[in-house]
Amino acid sequence: MSGTRVPAALVALAGLGLLFFLLPLAGLLVRAPWDQAVAGITAPETVTALGLSLFCSLAATVVSLVLGIPLALVLAKTSGSLRNVMRALTTLPMVLPPVVGGVALLLAFGRRGLVGSLLDQAFGIQIPFTTAAAVMAETFVAMPFLVIAVEGGLRSLDPRYEEAARALGARGWMVFARVTLPLLRPAIFSGAVLCWARALGEFGATITFAGNFPGRTQTVPVAVYVALETRPDSAIILSLILLAVSLAILVGLRDRWLGTP
Amino acid sequence: MSLIARVKVRHHDFALDVALDVDPGQTVAILGPNGAGKTTLLRALSGLIEIEGRVELAGQVLEDSATRLRVPTEERHVGLVFQDHVLFPHLSVLDNVAFGLQAQGRPGAKKIALGWLERAGLADKASSMPRELSGGQAQRVALLRTLATEPRLLLLDEPLSALDVTIRAEVRRELSRQLASFGGVRLIVTHDPLEAIALADRLVVLEGGRVVQSGTPEEVTARPRSRFVADLAGVNLLRGKAHGDRVALASGASIAAPDAGEGDVFAVIHPRAVALYLSRPEGTPRNVWQGQVEDIDLHGDRVRVRVTSPVPLVAEVTPAAVRELRLQAGGAVWVAFKATEVSVYPA
Repeated sequence: MSGTRVPAALVALAGLGLLFFLLPLAGLLVRAPWDQAVAGITAPETVTALGLSLFCSLAATVVSLVLGIPLALVLAKTSGSLRNVMRALTTLPMVLPPVVGGVALLLAFGRRGLVGSLLDQAFGIQIPFTTAAAVMAETFVAMPFLVIAVEGGLRSLDPRYEEAARALGARGWMVFARVTLPLLRPAIFSGAVLCWARALGEFGATITFAGNFPGRTQTVPVAVYVALETRPDSAIILSLILLAVSLAILVGLRDRWLGTP
Repeated sequence: MSLIARVKVRHHDFALDVALDVDPGQTVAILGPNGAGKTTLLRALSGLIEIEGRVELAGQVLEDSATRLRVPTEERHVGLVFQDHVLFPHLSVLDNVAFGLQAQGRPGAKKIALGWLERAGLADKASSMPRELSGGQAQRVALLRTLATEPRLLLLDEPLSALDVTIRAEVRRELSRQLASFGGVRLIVTHDPLEAIALADRLVVLEGGRVVQSGTPEEVTARPRSRFVADLAGVNLLRGKAHGDRVALASGASIAAPDAGEGDVFAVIHPRAVALYLSRPEGTPRNVWQGQVEDIDLHGDRVRVRVTSPVPLVAEVTPAAVRELRLQAGGAVWVAFKATEVSVYPA
C-alpha cells in the first residue's frame, strides 16, 4: 500500500469495522468475573464439558484425517463434472447453517432415519444423543476445512515427485506413504488445526443431533449457551477459554493464514 | 536390450510422431529446439503419458496401442532423470538413492545405496538432506538414484541444463563416465549441441514433433537438414532448386555451385569461406552480393558477422578485419564466396 494514501472516509469505515470486532472481545474481558476464574475453570461441570469437548473435537479431527485425506486425493486427481459434484458435496457443510446440518444428520441417522432405522433394527444401535453423535456432528461441519486445505496442498505439489517415485518402481501405496503424504505434511497440519478449531467451536449441529446431556453430549459451546440463562459468570469463563484457544491457534498458524507478518 | 519405438502423441495442436531404433550400449541424443517434443518423447517412453504406437524394450512389449497393452511406469524398469534432479526433499541423500531399491524389495537396499555413493565419492553426503547439496551434487545424486535401480533404459531429460556453466563441464565428464559403464539403452534429451556431441554416439534431431535428421554427430553436422542443426554446426544453410551449375533460392536469388545436380537441394557454406569487402571485389568469386551488416558477434578470437543481402549469410572474420573494414551494424558491405566452397546435397 506504499505510495497511495487511503481516503480518510475509508480509513474511518475501516476503524468502525475494527471496532465492531474489538468491542465484543472487550466486553468479554471487562465483564469476566476474574476473581472467580480459577473456581469457575475447576468447577466439575466446566471440567466435564472441557474434557468432552477436547475428546469430541480430537475424535472428529482423527475421523476427518482418515476420511478427508483420501477424499482430497481423489478430488485432486479427478476432473470434469464428477469432480464438481464431489466438490460441491464436500464444501456444502461449510456454507450450510449448522442447525440444518444437525437436522439432516437426524433425518439420516435418527431412529426413524434413512440409515438410522436400519442400524436400529439390525443391530439395536441408536446414534442420536450419544457422544458418537456429537463426534459425527463435529466431523460433518469440520471435515471440509481439512479436505480443502489438503486438496490445495496437493494441487501445488510438483507432480514430478510422484512421477520420479513411479519411475523408480514405487507402486501406488509406496508413492502415497513415502512421497505424497510426507510432502503434504504442512498442508495436512494446517488443515487438521483448522478442522480441530472448527470442531471445538461446533454448536448448532451438535445440539440438534446430539442434544445437551452433561458428560455425554454437552460440549463447551453447548454448555456456554445453556449456562447463559442460569449461571452467566460460568458462561463468560467458558467463553474466555474458547477465546484463548482460538487466539492460540491464530498465533500458531499466523504465517499460514495471514501471509508474511 | 535394444529399444524399438514408434511413438505418436497428440496433444491439442501439437503432434509428436517419432520412430526410434536404438541398440544396447548406445547413447542417443535427442536434440532439438524448445517445444520440439523432446520431453514429451521421454515421458511417453517412460509410460507417464499414453501413446498411439508401440514401444518394445529388450524384446518385451511395454506398450502397444493396437492390442491395448500398457505396462505401467513402475513396472517398466526405465530410469528417468529430470532436468532439476527432483530429489525427494524430505529424504536424506542415502534414502533417496535407496528409494528405488526398496521399491524393488531388494534386501540391504541402504547398503547397496551407500556403495553407489562411495563409488561416486559422495559417501560423506549420505546423511545430508537434498537442500544442503550444491546443484551439481544434487544432479549426481539423482543420477545415482536412478542407476542404482539398474534400469534397462536410461532417459535423461536435459540433465545438465539447470547447472551453473562453471560446474557443467565437471558433471558432464562424470555423466560421460557413468554412461559408459551402463549397459542398457541410453537416451539423452538436450538442446545443447556440445552436450549432445560430448555424450552421444548418435544424434536424433527433433523439430515440430518429427525427426528431421539422425546419424552420427559428424554426419549430422556435416550435412545439416534444418536451420537448427545448421546453427548448431555454425554453418550457412540454404535450400533451393538445383539446375546444372546453379541453385535457385526461394528468395529469387541464385548461387553458383559446380555440379549442383537437379531438384531440391541443401547448400552449405562455411562462414570462414564467406569474405567481406567494402567495394565490389575484383577477380574470380562468382557469388557476390551487396548487403547490410545486421549484427557483429565476438566468438573467442573470431568474429561472426551476419549480413542481410539477397542471400542471408554469416561470415567469420578476424577482429583485425572488422577494424580494417570499419564494420558496424547497419553499414553497407559486399559478401562473396567461391563456387567451389559450396557443398550441395539432396534435400
